[in-house]
Amino acid sequence: MPKRSDIKKVMVIGSGPIVIGQAAEFDYAGTQACRSLKEEGIEVCLVNSNPATIMTDKEIADQVYIEPLTVDVLKQIIIKEKPDSLLPTLGGQAGLNLGMELAESGFLEEQGVKLIGTTAETIFRAEDRQAFKDTMEKLGEPVAASLVVNTVEDGIKFTNTIGYPVVLRPAYTLGGSGGGIANNQQELVEILTNGLRLSRVHEVLVERCIAGWKEIEYEVMRDANGNCITVCNMENIDPVGVHTGDSIVVAPSQTLGDKEYQMLRTSALRIIDELGITGGCNVQYALHPESFEYCVIEVNPRVSRSSALASKATGYPIAKVAAKIALGYTLDEIPNAITKKTYASFEPMLDYCVVKIPRLPFDKFITATRKLTTQMKATGEVMSICNNFEGALMKAIRSLEQHVDSLLSYDFCDMTDEELNEALKVVDDRRIYCIAEALRRGASYETIHNITKIDMWFIDKIKILVEMELRLQQEELTVELLKEAKRIEFPDSVIAHLNGKMSEDEVRQMRYDNGIVAAYKMVDTCAAEFDAMTPYYYSVYGSENEAVETKDRKKVLVLGSGPIRIGQGVEFDYCSVHATWAFAKEGWETVIVNNNPETVSTDFDIADKLYFEPLTNEDVESIVNLEKPDGAIVQFGGQTAIKLTEHLMKIGVPILGTKAEDVDAAEDRELFDEILEQTQIPRAAGGTVFTAEEAKEVANRLGYPVLVRPSYVLGGQGMQIAFNDDEIEKFMDIINQIAQDHPILVDKYLQGKEIEVDAICDGENILIPGIMEHIERTGIHSGDSISVYPAHTISQDIKDKIVDYTERLAKALHVLGMINIQFIAMDGEVYVIEVNPRSSRTVPYISKVTGIPIVDLAAKAILGHKITDMGYKPGLQPEADYIAIKMPVFSFEKLRGAEISLGPEMKSTGECLGIAKTFEEALYKAFLGAGVVLPKHKQMIITVKDADKPEALEVAKRFEKLGYKIYATRSTAKYLQDGGVDALQVNKISQESPNVMDLILGHKIDLVIDTPTQGHGDKTRDGFLIRRNSIETGVNCITAIDTAVALATSLESATTEYTLVDVAKI
Amino acid sequence: MKAFLILEDGTVFEGTSIGSTREVVSEIVFNTSMTGYLEVLTDPSYAGQAVCMTYPLIGNYGITDDMESGRPWPDGFIVRELSRIPSNFRCKGTIQDFLVKHNITGISGIDTRALTKILRDRGTMNGMITTNEHFNFEEIKPKLQAYRTGDVVSKVTCQEKTVLPGNGKKVALLDFGAKRNIAKSLNDRGCEVTIYPAHTPAKEILAAEPDGIMLSNGPGDPKDCGPIIDEVKKLYDSNVPIFAICLGHQLMALATGLDTHKLKYGHRGGNHPVKDLETGKVYISSQNHGYVVDTDGLDEKIAVPAFVNVNDGTNEGLKYTGKNIFTVQFHPEACPGPQDSGYLFDRFIKMMGGEQ
Repeated sequence: MPKRSDIKKVMVIGSGPIVIGQAAEFDYAGTQACRSLKEEGIEVCLVNSNPATIMTDKEIADQVYIEPLTVDVLKQIIIKEKPDSLLPTLGGQAGLNLGMELAESGFLEEQGVKLIGTTAETIFRAEDRQAFKDTMEKLGEPVAASLVVNTVEDGIKFTNTIGYPVVLRPAYTLGGSGGGIANNQQELVEILTNGLRLSRVHEVLVERCIAGWKEIEYEVMRDANGNCITVCNMENIDPVGVHTGDSIVVAPSQTLGDKEYQMLRTSALRIIDELGITGGCNVQYALHPESFEYCVIEVNPRVSRSSALASKATGYPIAKVAAKIALGYTLDEIPNAITKKTYASFEPMLDYCVVKIPRLPFDKFITATRKLTTQMKATGEVMSICNNFEGALMKAIRSLEQHVDSLLSYDFCDMTDEELNEALKVVDDRRIYCIAEALRRGASYETIHNITKIDMWFIDKIKILVEMELRLQQEELTVELLKEAKRIEFPDSVIAHLNGKMSEDEVRQMRYDNGIVAAYKMVDTCAAEFDAMTPYYYSVYGSENEAVETKDRKKVLVLGSGPIRIGQGVEFDYCSVHATWAFAKEGWETVIVNNNPETVSTDFDIADKLYFEPLTNEDVESIVNLEKPDGAIVQFGGQTAIKLTEHLMKIGVPILGTKAEDVDAAEDRELFDEILEQTQIPRAAGGTVFTAEEAKEVANRLGYPVLVRPSYVLGGQGMQIAFNDDEIEKFMDIINQIAQDHPILVDKYLQGKEIEVDAICDGENILIPGIMEHIERTGIHSGDSISVYPAHTISQDIKDKIVDYTERLAKALHVLGMINIQFIAMDGEVYVIEVNPRSSRTVPYISKVTGIPIVDLAAKAILGHKITDMGYKPGLQPEADYIAIKMPVFSFEKLRGAEISLGPEMKSTGECLGIAKTFEEALYKAFLGAGVVLPKHKQMIITVKDADKPEALEVAKRFEKLGYKIYATRSTAKYLQDGGVDALQVNKISQESPNVMDLILGHKIDLVIDTPTQGHGDKTRDGFLIRRNSIETGVNCITAIDTAVALATSLESATTEYTLVDVAKI
Repeated sequence: MKAFLILEDGTVFEGTSIGSTREVVSEIVFNTSMTGYLEVLTDPSYAGQAVCMTYPLIGNYGITDDMESGRPWPDGFIVRELSRIPSNFRCKGTIQDFLVKHNITGISGIDTRALTKILRDRGTMNGMITTNEHFNFEEIKPKLQAYRTGDVVSKVTCQEKTVLPGNGKKVALLDFGAKRNIAKSLNDRGCEVTIYPAHTPAKEILAAEPDGIMLSNGPGDPKDCGPIIDEVKKLYDSNVPIFAICLGHQLMALATGLDTHKLKYGHRGGNHPVKDLETGKVYISSQNHGYVVDTDGLDEKIAVPAFVNVNDGTNEGLKYTGKNIFTVQFHPEACPGPQDSGYLFDRFIKMMGGEQ
């Protein structure tokens, strides 16, 4: 069927801010789909509140609205832009829900807008628990015994008939929010209450627990002609019970025979056909490990995290094909982009093995429970490819950037055998390491399998790795042993460490002397059956190399940013991709190295060549040996890429842009102090330390409070404000849990207005697209602060100083390309907080709201172009006509036990934008985009530390005026009452009911303002419990007074008529 | 023990011996299925060939009952890596033991992707698997060049007629090397299936008055089956409905005056898209063939194409004009591979006047 002629303009809904369960994969899918639509001459109108994404670029869509994703906003955009069709299947669950609401309300029909890619009926039958169950029953496809309940009582009653344990799945939530396994009535009540509240339709599915079964997924495509194919299947190493997003996943399935494989494949095709999906769909199964019995767990009638993974694992671009199908094409009309000979109506055949490992945020949330359940907790993931499973697992481990490089990376030595046995029962992110330790101690496969239910095939593979560890420890390193160790991807560093007598350099030399080098194979969708045109490579050892060295053009190596984690989000992928495009435009051949399957940068048609590899010194060196690039670009890939600088230089790869020694000068305390002295720029006094004793000495010299932080980190990891010696001790202890190659910085903590700039320097001049100021005072990480552009509360004098300092610093550091500087403005003076001679997380946002293609200009500057030649006047650029506000978005509700109060260590997972003509409206839209939809019940709780009370009083007055009833704990209540606010005193948690907890759990509270007395969590304190319970019951909780003031401002100017800004026109 | 795979063009792969250490010369082909190595091994169509699995991890679920015949047929089995332990609730043994038991030579640890690329670029060729480290290529070369699969159908077909009882239509299944699932697919649909040895005269089959005749898959070059083709022509001339798969499809084509030729490297795997020209629908099929029917200048009075391969446009099925005969190049019986085209058995039953 050819393209439909009735589709000319399509609205695409993105997935909004990055949160746990909805990450960069939708930027990848959305970007690919938009490009696919534009390729067909379709006008694309995009709506996504997330400014850090590539899909919100004007190159990707014709109209770009970075607006809150609410039904009201979408309606107004539809009225303004008049698209003829709406494609809702690319924006994850968020996009699908919105599409469904628009369709259900009759609005789409009214406006003559067609829903394409799916129908409301399809969404309903796949997403609504009862409708889904009915559909499966009609098909004769088994599902676990279950019932949709709307009340806790019904849940208890049903569970009593099927028995514990049961799985609870709230309808219409993302990442399994609010779900879990209940083993008894108490747990059932707890999870069910929470789940009912989180569900958009107040429905929770209570279901027979099939934990321990094999979890298998199929990615399926179907066109309007009814042609169906499966793109691939995947097997979760972690059996049913762990959310697939938190599971280690392998593709294709490894332990299924053809009978099982085809049984489930046929089932998946029947389901997609019955649902009438036109596009992509994901079907999840639980397969009984000892029979052919299976259950359909769920169906996602849209692109998903799994489809992104499947696309990268196979080379089959699901989103691109789905977009073409939405336009009416059939699978056999869509060419295979990799082979360019065959068509999309085939099934990819892999001749390698793919392993995905989730990136969990427990390094950031040390108080959060590490237990993995049916509620997803991972912020991102890494993928690796190898021709054996062991190798793929090893490569994935070292891609995680979590200070892990082998199965020895978590130390269980101190545990007794009994303790270890108990530890095996704990399902958390360390489980494979724990299994490895058990195997080292001689535990049998049966024992481990009986406890973990992990298939013995995988246990054997872990055992093979453990055996190799032992051989490397005990045997002389012969060429044969080295070959075998490399075949299963032991890094040189681990080999050297285990050998004990050789250094990493010696191991590497031994490899080179014996020709043991990485070879590269191609991901070609067809197991080499057809000649492939797309250079998408992975490495293996002991095989023939197929990657061809190309020499005709100058070649740049672009180092990506690895897995999405807190502090290093999709922004850096945006920068990497734009840098790649910029170099390509300048005529360079581009080579990307990255390991994140969710991103645009690892789409095979972004760079000339893609290496899907870990970002470690050794792995990158192997690529360099083959590709011999003319230079590498590290300033766009965040800290991941920066960390590779030293080694790249050592192996003779020129770093394009700012030199490594200048990067060092910005990070190294003493060197940086020299620069500041030389440029005469003030900063907070401070010192460099290695031990707690030294830290206390410096702190006492400066006077508390002080800021303590490690150098060379991103996202303020390990950064804390210390108020006394005890806290110094504690923080230093935490920091030193991770080996520090670099010193720790202790600075006087200055509380002032925080200001941030990104600038481009061409070696002579600088270009500052704009100055941003933070709503929250210093002390809260810039990534967690509300950022306002243009800075509207600072004087011209301060602005001039900032421009001047930026220029001085850029020149003193010989910056070529990007620089990011954070300042404090206090008492008319400007201090430097930190300088990052690289791209930052604010670059995409500022690019979009100023219309200045920052990465493009920076790349050109790196290549020797001058700012003046690029059509810009050096210095600060004129301010835009709009106010743009970047609002951090958190995923605290997904992380049981995590401390939510903000501080110098970053905690947000994503961001959204509010853009408008006025500050107030921009602020309102930013809060709305972040999901703060107020007022509801007009009741709030205020409990603040003494220092915040005067300001809290002003805030309380404003909320009172907005009609809010204010509750407060004893001392806060008294203060507010004395100040004339009619505050009601409530009991503390430890006191009798009704107390503050009853209020929160009573679901009648809109907002809690709780400023913690300390910036870190003691789990037993009232404050911690109040904050956690607020988050877990869906109550907005604010932990900084400045944020509360901003929210009051936003609510005072609440509106329903929005200024809609097409940022593509800026 | 070391083993070597030596190709006709002089390429040598060094690996480890698996299964038997018997030296074999055979035609080297590759199969891209990711599951179903056991069905591949026991598919009689591989007789006279050594098969390389492109999926690198083989033997993960060991040996089960998923066999398409009583024994493995390839001369050689070529894999990247054999699983150290099999893991599956139905597992009855390991590939290694299975190969040894049936005296099948194998080699593991070679770069199967590199081998596949050679076969893809230069075409299917002959090769030798040996454990002799001191081989002399110049001595081996003439042997490799002289190798022909020959009359392998006679080797794989059953020796005696057998009957699978059923209450439905009576089907005569001509066993040219039939995979078990063909008979089972018919039997599951109620048919009484009588399996005949390949060389059974048409007269004998027709004398039993079957409701339909099924021509099975099988190994080798269809043109090596001269006497069988003559009998197939007689079946064509009868008015009994006929359904044919793979070699059966090629034999019917030859019997009716069409021609076949060898593909550069064949279609072997479970991901080949075939388009039903009647409905325009595309099905993913299981395939295993090195030869294909020529349809250039096909006389519509004899047959019209019914299926075509979406990838390379080769013929995948024919509908015979004025006859109750349709034949397909791919494998609706799957095993291994997608079950999408299983509906063709229903179509056959309908053709015989059945109710399915």
